[in-house]
Amino acid sequence: MHNSPIATANHEAHENPALLHHFATEEQQKNAASLGMWIFLVTEIMFFGGMFCAYLVYRYWYFGDFGTASSSLDLTLGTVNTVVLICSSLTVAMAVRCAQVGKQKAIVVYLLLTIVLGLAFLGIKAIEYKQKFDENHVPGLAGFHLEGHIPRHPDIPVNQQHAQIYFSLYFAMTGMHALHMIIGVGLFTYLAYKASKGVYRPGYYTPLENGGLYWHFVDIVWIYLFPLLYLIDRHP
Amino acid sequence: MANNVDALYIFLLVVSALMSLAIFTMVVFFAVRYRKQAGRSAEQIDGSHALEITWSVIPFCVFMVFFGWGAALYFKERKPPENSAEVYTVAKQWMWKFEHMEGQREINELHVPVGRDVKMIMTSQDVIHSFFVPAFRIKQDVLPGRYTVAWFHATKPGTYHLFCAEYCGTLHSGMVGSVVVMEPKDYQAWLGGGGNQPLAVTGQRLFSELGCVTCHRSDTQGRGPNLAGLFSKPVLLEDGRTVAADENYLRESILTPAAKIVSGFKPIMPTFQGQISDEQLNALVAYVKSLGQQSDATGGRGIAAATSQP
Amino acid sequence: MATAVLETGERETYLNKEYGIKSWLLTVDHKRIALLYLMGITFFFFIGGFFALLIRLELLTPAGDLVQADTYNKLFTMHGQVMIFFFLIPAVPAVLGNFLIPIMIGAKDLAFPRINLLSWYIYIIGGMLMLYTILNGGVDTGWTFYVPLSTEFLKTQVVTAALAVFISGFSSILTGLNFIVTIHRMRAPGMTWNRLPLFVWAHYATSIIQVLGTPVVAIAIALVALERVFHLGIFNPSLGGDPLLFQHLFWFYSHPAVYIMILPGMGIISEIVCCFSRKRIFGYKAMALALVGIAVVGFLVWAHHMFVAGISLYAALIFSILSYFVAVPSAIKVFNWTSTMYKGSITYQTPMLYAFGFIGLFTMGGLTGLFLAALGVDVHVTDTYFVVAHFHYIMVGGMVMAYLGGMHFWWPKISGRMYPEGWGRLAALLVFAGFNLTFFPQFILGYLGMPRRYWDYSHSPEFQILNVLSTAGATILAVGYLLPMVYFLWSMRYGKPAPDNPWNAAGLEWTIPSPPSTFNFDEQPVVTWEAYNYDEIEKEVPVAQ
Repeated sequence: MHNSPIATANHEAHENPALLHHFATEEQQKNAASLGMWIFLVTEIMFFGGMFCAYLVYRYWYFGDFGTASSSLDLTLGTVNTVVLICSSLTVAMAVRCAQVGKQKAIVVYLLLTIVLGLAFLGIKAIEYKQKFDENHVPGLAGFHLEGHIPRHPDIPVNQQHAQIYFSLYFAMTGMHALHMIIGVGLFTYLAYKASKGVYRPGYYTPLENGGLYWHFVDIVWIYLFPLLYLIDRHP
Repeated sequence: MANNVDALYIFLLVVSALMSLAIFTMVVFFAVRYRKQAGRSAEQIDGSHALEITWSVIPFCVFMVFFGWGAALYFKERKPPENSAEVYTVAKQWMWKFEHMEGQREINELHVPVGRDVKMIMTSQDVIHSFFVPAFRIKQDVLPGRYTVAWFHATKPGTYHLFCAEYCGTLHSGMVGSVVVMEPKDYQAWLGGGGNQPLAVTGQRLFSELGCVTCHRSDTQGRGPNLAGLFSKPVLLEDGRTVAADENYLRESILTPAAKIVSGFKPIMPTFQGQISDEQLNALVAYVKSLGQQSDATGGRGIAAATSQP
Repeated sequence: MATAVLETGERETYLNKEYGIKSWLLTVDHKRIALLYLMGITFFFFIGGFFALLIRLELLTPAGDLVQADTYNKLFTMHGQVMIFFFLIPAVPAVLGNFLIPIMIGAKDLAFPRINLLSWYIYIIGGMLMLYTILNGGVDTGWTFYVPLSTEFLKTQVVTAALAVFISGFSSILTGLNFIVTIHRMRAPGMTWNRLPLFVWAHYATSIIQVLGTPVVAIAIALVALERVFHLGIFNPSLGGDPLLFQHLFWFYSHPAVYIMILPGMGIISEIVCCFSRKRIFGYKAMALALVGIAVVGFLVWAHHMFVAGISLYAALIFSILSYFVAVPSAIKVFNWTSTMYKGSITYQTPMLYAFGFIGLFTMGGLTGLFLAALGVDVHVTDTYFVVAHFHYIMVGGMVMAYLGGMHFWWPKISGRMYPEGWGRLAALLVFAGFNLTFFPQFILGYLGMPRRYWDYSHSPEFQILNVLSTAGATILAVGYLLPMVYFLWSMRYGKPAPDNPWNAAGLEWTIPSPPSTFNFDEQPVVTWEAYNYDEIEKEVPVAQ
């Protein structure tokens, strides 16, 4: 823990408007912000964790029905979305890199790219949701019906109740994920605006870095969601 | 059983009282003895490893005694003895419905003979309830969608409170009743007056009316497994698992037959969910349990090869 | 920069630096935010207390004759929800923790002052939703929201109540996050982990629980709300779901939640006992480890709330033995507090009276927890008044007494005024007496078999006498709680001005003026002494103010 009397702090404050009053040094501020973001991400893991827990239990009990329900999702769209999201993590990382080396304009470009990719993801998700509505795969609605049978058992029809549980979890988990993406897009809009004003430079890019951490986390959640929801018992 | 629970309770009480007294006495004594006095100031003591270890290890050992004793009691509480008399229970907002094997139905009042093990096989029609008889020191939540089990052995005739112990809505506090423990001959007399059809016979009638008998025949020709001697035997499923054919298995097989297909059979059994009441379900389960107490000699398809069970 | 002086000649403090409602509602000063929280939690405490009073009045007679059954069910539900989520969980961390932690570690503010203010606004929004729920018919699910009752069978404001709890959870998470980062990153030079006051350690442990546990109950309650609104079947057995899954998700947080409630109180007691015994804490390392140990092991015991719920025998065994593990560090703490008094120089100011009460009542509450952890006994006493008595001993006999003790101890620092000592002691005694009369009979009631959440017990009139005693105690308790409200308010105008260190206590908060200036310290302190250095400072507590 660095020792920095107030005198040094006051000196630094004059030099650096980004330093908030209650921190002694920029380094302390940066460390605090980073630790804060990591802890926040841990809470997010716990938050999604509850739903993953429910998913695990029901998948274990109703594996066949989950397999059939999973096959009804559009694998192409899901894969495209996965690629889109991974690319958006790349663009975020590039934005942070640009800040580190002082390429101001490039930061804005990469952030805008990230936003575009994020919106693309959300758009594709909306299409998928519409598909589910059209196919009557929305749980809780009167007309719900999932056609088909348990994988490898052509004579056992899929259990409608268990399928509804699958779709409840599908909508809850991807919906919560999408909500986090929307928040992320909003966050990056703000960061892009600030970047366009030249706020971020080699000595100060903590908000970008932490925003990037958030986005990477949302990406990782999707990396888990995709196989767990789309790839249950799929065979070529 | 009640006495055993009380024994542990009293032991806990005594140890707790001693512990509390010790702490209270020390606190009061120190508060008085070491109150601020002219000419004496506080003596700084950092701590003592020896003491910390001592007063961690000793309580821990005492706690393990509590744990072991409590666990032993719980084992007994959760395992009804063989050959218990069975009573099927359906709980609903806000009443208890009992059905004896002999066919007697009761609401909120349960008659049982003294000196017999009684096993309650319980389910709920709506929300979670809990079967609580303080005098017997038993309690078991009653869940919708499955059976839970409690048992007791009454040792004294009398009438004892029955309470619902899991909040279940408006008249949760009205969901009370009594368990009436009678001398054996009084109980026989009570049973006799009624001309009820035994539960398993009701079940047999339903088994036939609902068409179960067409597939579940007592020979090897049926499209469904032979159910004689099935109850409490292990069953080999076609996905390779082996499960025990307990009450919950029977219940599930009737309501969601596709969940567990017996090895060697096709998944053609229709579901009866929504078509039969909990009481009818109980009757069917009671009937299947009563089938063929002798081990089946058919070597029936799908039933685990362990037919040499004693 | 020297301590500022206002135009009026008075010293500038965090209270008089700026006036006007905007300066309060838009403040980022942790001390002002602490007071904003104080108003909120006091308000909800009295609402929850009012519901409790109505419950006890109804239970005076066996028949349900004061209110209707549905109303009674709403009363105990909302008593629980308000007290737990809007009083107990925020009380010490958001008021005393917020105010004191930065000062105790030598910092100017928390790591994230704006998030601190946001936390308060989130708390208020959750609180408004709770008020809306109360005023629009109420909710009667029980604070535990068990399914399928709350998802399929009730027609009351379940969703708004769920939303209120969900939202307030985020306030808790953000506060915990703020504390963890602050304690890690904002300590003054020389303030090593081994020199931290136990109050700070306690909040560190609490914050870990808040951060890890609260999100799980948030999602559990969100799923309940979704299930109710969209008729899903995640927990509904008639739709293929499992009601026990909800219980697991719910208790995974709600058990550690009780440690969120008690750990800060334990931190307070350590501060008070040391000051009024003039002694260093006995076994500092053990005490700090015990706090963290309780927090960690507390995450492993949740299903002891479900021993009769239908879990497997073997699961029950595991959770029972783990529950005994978590009891050990709590016991250690009681022994260490007692040992701290040994060869001390003890005085009996109000905070110390509350500390005595805490030690006694927490001991009793904790011991009765051992009864509940014993599987064979739990089967009999769970879901009865035995459990109600157990948790009220810890939460009210323990936590609320610690909270009041802490409020009295630090009131001079917070307000710059002394409270009237005579009234303080009277209130402490009333609270202690009233509490015991209210809740001790309930242990007996529970063992006799009176189930909890019963509006009417006319089938068992033999329960009446104990209920009457309990209600009598509740009225005394109510008076004991009202008194501090009155005299604290009185003291803000008429109380004697407080010196920097009215108790000659150890700790950085006592080295700055009462009340503090906005940025706490004129110069960042450099710490070279151990915690509770009572051997180095003034020997005794000054004579009664």
